[in-house]
Order: sequence, then structure tokens, then C-alpha cells
Amino acid sequence: MINKKVGSVDDALQGVKSGMTFMFGGFGLSGIAENSIAKLVELGINNLTCISNNAGVDDFGLGLLLHQKQIKKMISSYVGENDEFERQMLSGELDVELIPQGTLAERCRAAQAGFPAIYTPAGFGTEVAEGKETREFNGKMYVLEHAFKADFAFVKAWKGDAAGNLIFKGTARNFNPNMCGAATITVAEVEELVPVGTLDPNHIHIPGIFVQRIYQGAKYEKRIEQRTVRQKN
Amino acid sequence: MLDKNGIAKRIAKEVQDGYYVNLGIGIPTLVANYVRDDIEVEFQSENGVLGMGPFPFEGEEDADIINAGKQTITTLPGASFFDSAMSFSMIRGQHVHLTILGAMEVSEKGDIANWKIPGKMVKGMGGAMDLVASAENIIVAMMHTNKAGESKLLKKCSLPLTGVKCVKKIVTNLAVLEVTGKGFKLLERAPGISVEEIQKATEGKLIVEGTIPEMDI
Repeated sequence: MINKKVGSVDDALQGVKSGMTFMFGGFGLSGIAENSIAKLVELGINNLTCISNNAGVDDFGLGLLLHQKQIKKMISSYVGENDEFERQMLSGELDVELIPQGTLAERCRAAQAGFPAIYTPAGFGTEVAEGKETREFNGKMYVLEHAFKADFAFVKAWKGDAAGNLIFKGTARNFNPNMCGAATITVAEVEELVPVGTLDPNHIHIPGIFVQRIYQGAKYEKRIEQRTVRQKN
Repeated sequence: MLDKNGIAKRIAKEVQDGYYVNLGIGIPTLVANYVRDDIEVEFQSENGVLGMGPFPFEGEEDADIINAGKQTITTLPGASFFDSAMSFSMIRGQHVHLTILGAMEVSEKGDIANWKIPGKMVKGMGGAMDLVASAENIIVAMMHTNKAGESKLLKKCSLPLTGVKCVKKIVTNLAVLEVTGKGFKLLERAPGISVEEIQKATEGKLIVEGTIPEMDI
């Protein structure tokens, strides 16, 4: 077993520097790397380029990094629900690149899988395709989209072991598996780090080969963005 | 004239047995409430779930089980979870049969704009561009006119596009229309609405052939 376990979030984030490009898993606030984000806020590094589907809310998730003006550029598909984000974007303090959600996922997956680029129909004929190479396949037009290049990927899983194997829960899975191994260093935080050998190999979602560092998060708030319920009748 | 639930109710009639369906945020979400219960349909949410169920009972919400609108949901027997790349494989690979989404503008060629108002609203396209670029069957659910009373069914979209030549059908508070490439073909009128009223609210070319029936909802 090749050991990926690090003792603390401090060890897990060794080597992060201002000016780097980071990937963050999560959809809304579901499945975000809460502990890694909190540490990045504490370290105060800035000029970051962040690849993440969303940008958190004003006081949680990537919103915490935005609040401290640590982010120079965001690459996302949907950024509603964040007033500070909107203010920084409209004032020009923050550079924002909005891309289709499926393209975001596939540009991560391409980086993970060793593809330099992919063709997608998403965005053809729109401003997203401006300046990009397009090509026709079987009578339909596609846009060439390049694999991402990132220094660190910060992902969050439900369970993991010291070998780096990961299991996700529910829709907290989202972009997390696609970002594993898509950056130079993948840092996985888990709710529960279990002894090696206790996870059934049949149930592993992401094999440890895609993960460089793994640790158990100290605590998880797991905030719900839109609490919707129905009444028992 | 229909309200939002009326639009959802009419669209629900388009959902057929065996369909995998992706519902957008807003009116489309309401469609799930009106699908006949004698057919088998699975709802996909692009954040990674197939087989979505209703909202959870109070106290049973789970931060790890949400839909694309970030609302807490439940799953039905036979449901599955998956990652974002696989989710869009279902969409791009045309495994999802029907996409229902909202729009700010639709053109008579089937172009759709629903993600950006320059200088005003820039939230992003989310999964909409992937959905409209790939789905074989796209139904738009929207009001016929905007808050200022201007038509949303246009000759040409004025807002930044989400996709080109992709919308097949539109259900509004006034009418059901088919996008033919040559204009909006009027199929049905909302209860109590005349062809003239629909004509007045439609900026793009409206094709009216024969007698237009009233919706049966």
C-alpha cells in the first residue's frame, strides 16, 4: 500500500502559493472541501485562479476566499447567490470566465485522462465559442475545448483510506471525482478516514492512484443552501 | 390565460412512458407534480442524480442530496448518483429524452437566450448550453411576454444566445407553439385566449392554420 495519508490540513496544503491555479469540487455548497478552503483563508495567499462550478455564498465556501480578495480569476458555470462575487465582477476586480457546466466537467476529466482537448456541441453559435476552433462531425458543429491545467485539486469525499481510495455520498459527488488526478497534486479530505482494507474494492469510486494526499477533515458544517421540505399529512 | 402551474400541467402531457427527463429551474420544476402516475418516468438532475423524488419531510433533509437548484430532495426506488462528467454524458450523449427549461427569449428559428442580460444579470449558463446543444426534444416553458409586456417570441433574439436552432416546442401562459424554422406554428390556445391576442403578443412570425383548438388541461 502506498501511503497518501497526511497528518493534518497543514501538511495537506504544503506547497500552495499565491498565483496558483486550483480546482475545487462541489456543486453549490454540497461536497465542497470545507477544511481545505478554511486553511486557504487562514494562509491568506492570493492572486488565485479557481476552477469551480460555483463560487460559494457570501459567507461560506469559496465566498470566504472572495471576501478576502484572494481570488484573481474564477472559472465557473453558475455564480448566482453571491453578492460579493457580483460586486467584484461588475467593478472589474475579479476576472470571470463562465463556461457550460458539462464543458467544465469534461475539461477536468480530459486533464485527468490525458486528453489535451475535447470537442463539444455546447456553446456552438454563442459567445462561449468566440475565438475557438470549431469543426463539423457528421453534420453537427462542435467547439474545441482544452483540458484544464491546475496546480492543486481540492476535493471532498465521504469515506477514504490511507491508500487514497475514495467513496462519495449522494450528489456531494458532483465534480469531485472528475477533478481527482486532474491537477499536479490532488488533496482529498474525507468525513471518515477508515483503516486500509475495510473499504470493499468493489465500492471504490476513485482509486487512490488519482490522489496524492488524504486527510480527515476536523469538522463539517455541510450547510444547506435551499432547505425545501414537504409536510406530513 | 394560464398561470405557472397551468403551464407546467400542460407540459406534463408531453411526458411519455419510459422517458428520462431533465427539468430546469422555475416553471419546469413544477412539471414533476403533474405527470400522470400510470406511466414510468425518471427525472434527471444535472448535479448527479437520476430518479429524483419529492422534497423530504421536515427533519429528513440531507445536505448531500440536492437538485440542480440546490434544493433538498429525496430519491425514489431505482435512483442512482453519479459524477458531473457522467451526468453530462447522459445529456450530451442524448440518453435523456426530454429537456424542459425556461427562457428569456426564443427566436422563430429556435434560438434560445436564457443566461445573461449584459450589464444587468450575469449568473452563468450552468448546464443550459449543454442541454440545448444536445437534447433531441426541447420544450421551453415561459410567459409569452416579459414584465414590460414585450414579446419573448421574437424574429431574432436580442440577448446573448444559449443555443442555436434547438427549441422544438414552446408552452406559454397563452399558447402552445411549435418551432418550425419558418415561424411559430400555433397549435393550441390557452383557455379564454383568442388567436388575435396571441398574435398581438408574438413579435416573430406566427403561423395560424385552420381552427386552433383550446388546450385541454
